[in-house]
Amino acid sequence: MSTAHAEHEHHGAPSGLSRWLFTTNHKDIGTLYLWFALAMLFIGGSFAMVIRLELIQPGMQWVDPDFFNSMTTMHGLIMVFGAIMPAFVGLANWLVPMMIGAPDMALPRMNNWSFWILPFAGTMLLSTMFMEGGGPNFGWTFYAPLSTTFAPASTDFFIFAVHMLGFSSIMGSINIIATIMNMRAPGMTLMKMPLFVWTWLITAFLLIAVMPVLAGAVTMMLTDRNFGTSFFDAAGGGDPVLFQHVFWFFGHPEVYIMILPAFGVVSQIIPTFARKRLFGYSSMVYATASIAFLSFIVWAHHMFTVGMPVAGELFFLYATVLIAVPTGVKVFNWVATMWQGSLTFELPMKWALAFVILFTIGGFSGLMLGIAPVDFQYHDTYFVVAHFHYVLVTGALFSIIAAVYYWLPKWTGHMYSESLGNWHFWTSVIFVNITFFPQHFLGLAGMPRRVPDYNAAFADFNFMSSIGAFGFGLAQLLFLALIIKCIKGGEKATDQVWEGAEGLEWEIPSPAPYHTFAEAPEVK
Amino acid sequence: MSVRKLKQAVMMLFSSVLVMTSSHAWATEISSLNLRQGVTEVSRNAYSLHMIVLWICVAIGVVVFGAMIYSMFAHRKSKGAVAASFHESHKVEVLWTVIPFIILIALAIPATKNLLLIEDASNSDMTVKVTGYQWKWSYEYMDGDAEGVKFFSALDKASNDARAMNSGIDVSKVDNYLLDVDNALVIPTGKKVRFLITSNDVIHSWWVPDFGFKKDAIPGYINEAWTHVDQPGTYRGQCTELCGKDHGFMPVVVIAKEEGEYKKWAAAKKSEADAAAAAASSDKTWSKAELMAKGANVYGSSCAACHQANGEGTGPFPALKGSPLATADSAAGHIDIVVNGSKTNPLMAAYGAQLNDLDLAAVITYERNSWGNEASIVQPKDVKAAR
Repeated sequence: MSTAHAEHEHHGAPSGLSRWLFTTNHKDIGTLYLWFALAMLFIGGSFAMVIRLELIQPGMQWVDPDFFNSMTTMHGLIMVFGAIMPAFVGLANWLVPMMIGAPDMALPRMNNWSFWILPFAGTMLLSTMFMEGGGPNFGWTFYAPLSTTFAPASTDFFIFAVHMLGFSSIMGSINIIATIMNMRAPGMTLMKMPLFVWTWLITAFLLIAVMPVLAGAVTMMLTDRNFGTSFFDAAGGGDPVLFQHVFWFFGHPEVYIMILPAFGVVSQIIPTFARKRLFGYSSMVYATASIAFLSFIVWAHHMFTVGMPVAGELFFLYATVLIAVPTGVKVFNWVATMWQGSLTFELPMKWALAFVILFTIGGFSGLMLGIAPVDFQYHDTYFVVAHFHYVLVTGALFSIIAAVYYWLPKWTGHMYSESLGNWHFWTSVIFVNITFFPQHFLGLAGMPRRVPDYNAAFADFNFMSSIGAFGFGLAQLLFLALIIKCIKGGEKATDQVWEGAEGLEWEIPSPAPYHTFAEAPEVK
Repeated sequence: MSVRKLKQAVMMLFSSVLVMTSSHAWATEISSLNLRQGVTEVSRNAYSLHMIVLWICVAIGVVVFGAMIYSMFAHRKSKGAVAASFHESHKVEVLWTVIPFIILIALAIPATKNLLLIEDASNSDMTVKVTGYQWKWSYEYMDGDAEGVKFFSALDKASNDARAMNSGIDVSKVDNYLLDVDNALVIPTGKKVRFLITSNDVIHSWWVPDFGFKKDAIPGYINEAWTHVDQPGTYRGQCTELCGKDHGFMPVVVIAKEEGEYKKWAAAKKSEADAAAAAASSDKTWSKAELMAKGANVYGSSCAACHQANGEGTGPFPALKGSPLATADSAAGHIDIVVNGSKTNPLMAAYGAQLNDLDLAAVITYERNSWGNEASIVQPKDVKAAR
């Protein structure tokens, strides 16, 4: 009995495939999430390459318009549901228990299940591309009736894939909330939690609130398509605009689900490399909560052109531009954290600073888009494409990359290759701007989004954008090489890793042992 | 900074922006860098509001990024910078909550004014009904000189030929590639024209950048929009809501003509429509050659987008070449699917609502006798009987 107990106390990671299939360890599950997200990043990225290949010059050269539409659709879906969201859940799995001094997640078996749903959902979603009639081709926003009456047969598989992704997200969120609310080490009060934990707590509530709404939307699609209902079919007394309201009631909080944890990551990194405490901790928490609240009352700014009553348009205009206030507070606080710090520019810091500048540019175009009478010009043009890629690529994705660089030494016990990392950073930053900045001009000049071909007047900027996209895509192979190299070996990382790093995760050994905080640490 | 100083700063910024925008009165061709000013009050308002927000963003960007970049150089550890210990200041937090708030209110005022202007379609002089179809527009004049005139407006032939996969045509040599139509909407200058916008199938969006607005065309809804153009000219735009395969190939072209010219156009269009209607409803029996010639045109504008010029179809759109329906001895099934649409596949629309009997007879005849198909020809009276 006593030997069994001792073994239980000290066992390391089991070996083989079953380690990963049956794992309930938060670090293993975090790793699985992150690898899954990276795989999806490359798959979704390859779809983007197809899009940019067709758009490199005017005229139809490579893919037919239907396939082009399914590329834009799958690119969006895979990146949102396959890459960005799982990557953040992976980070939460790895870091939340380590940051609050908990031995593991509160619900480890459910944790296993929430991950293992993903590969099946992702495979089902991708398999639609090989079905008769082609994959989903109605955009990642899948507006009815294009996605119901007029959609290919594979849409039903898309619907079930979305259901499964929703289950996974909801279970993941419940787990994160349960962990943060119940498993904090003694002394770790809410207002002492690292900001990454705070942002994920709020994000998890957003997810629980809106994923069921998405599930409702796709379920109504399913019954419209197969069981004769007419929720979204005007011919049967239904309402196509209802779909958009329901979708964006999910969709707007969804975009904050993808950016709030990013705020958290950057709020961890900047103080470390400024060697100075985060400026305005409590205002950061309140700003995050305000953004989360506002995210529920701005959804129809995605729908200014559907013909809402003018009072509605005014409400959504005012509410939308109001988001600039708490978002501004965050940016100002990051700058104030740097101010009079003692700055060094290791790679996590480089990525975090690129995030602050480029995300702010995305925020500016967001403010412009919120002004309804001008949105009538910007709406559904490449200006919008530029905007959301600045917030999602140079925003969300950059923060994820920053996080990987920041915590990789803690995860693997090795420092990454500095030179490979520098190459990755500089090529990414240059190419990402070559890709997306010209898209502002394309949109202003009048190029609609989701078109496979265009007038020669748009040729130059499209060419630039395509070259940038190929460069940015290739640059991510450096990231893959760097990660593999870092796992295999490298300079030994210290426990603290970074000179200015503070927090519980930096007090445990590098690499982090399979089980940490079996006894809760004391937080002063 | 006191509130008065801030006010002054904002006012200065605004006035300098206004000076800049008013001195840039360039023409309406596609500008490669910026939003165009357009030709209506609404579009000019949108442009100046766009410039105001843009410059506010630039100003904020200069301050924020300036501070950041200064800090990145001045507060480096390598230069011996030692971290200060401050990490909180309620005063500063309040300041940078309140200042953006004031800027937003200053922005909201002109935005509200413009929005109220755009949404006020009252007191219009005439009304045009705009209906989106996969993948073309239909325009119907509800009143005025052209009352009753109704026509479809689809991608013009030159663009349509050039956009075929690997067509071998240099699209930079095609005039207004993807921005030209076979039948443009014509409106009079100096009149407030109201548009009633709806759709026959999926959601489309009707946009002419020079007019300064876009409005979705939604099945089951009739949306309202308006414009008032003073300058005669040709104004081009595109569908801006993903509407299926050929979303990128349904441009909007509006020609604004002076009133006299417009009246002439309306009269001509009316008599043309009368003649076409008379021809379609006459009991004349048409020869195969006549039907084939007419059918080739109709096929090109209504069918080739999906079934392809070579009749071989693509993706979910079946081939007509050698199809049992198009080669059957009896044309009844073929006429039925073209006139009434497919019962099983919503992608095949009911063309009975879009084309007259003659055009339908011609295109069905064409499909039955092209690409190696050899089957009976169809007369307008056969179509009429099948309706």
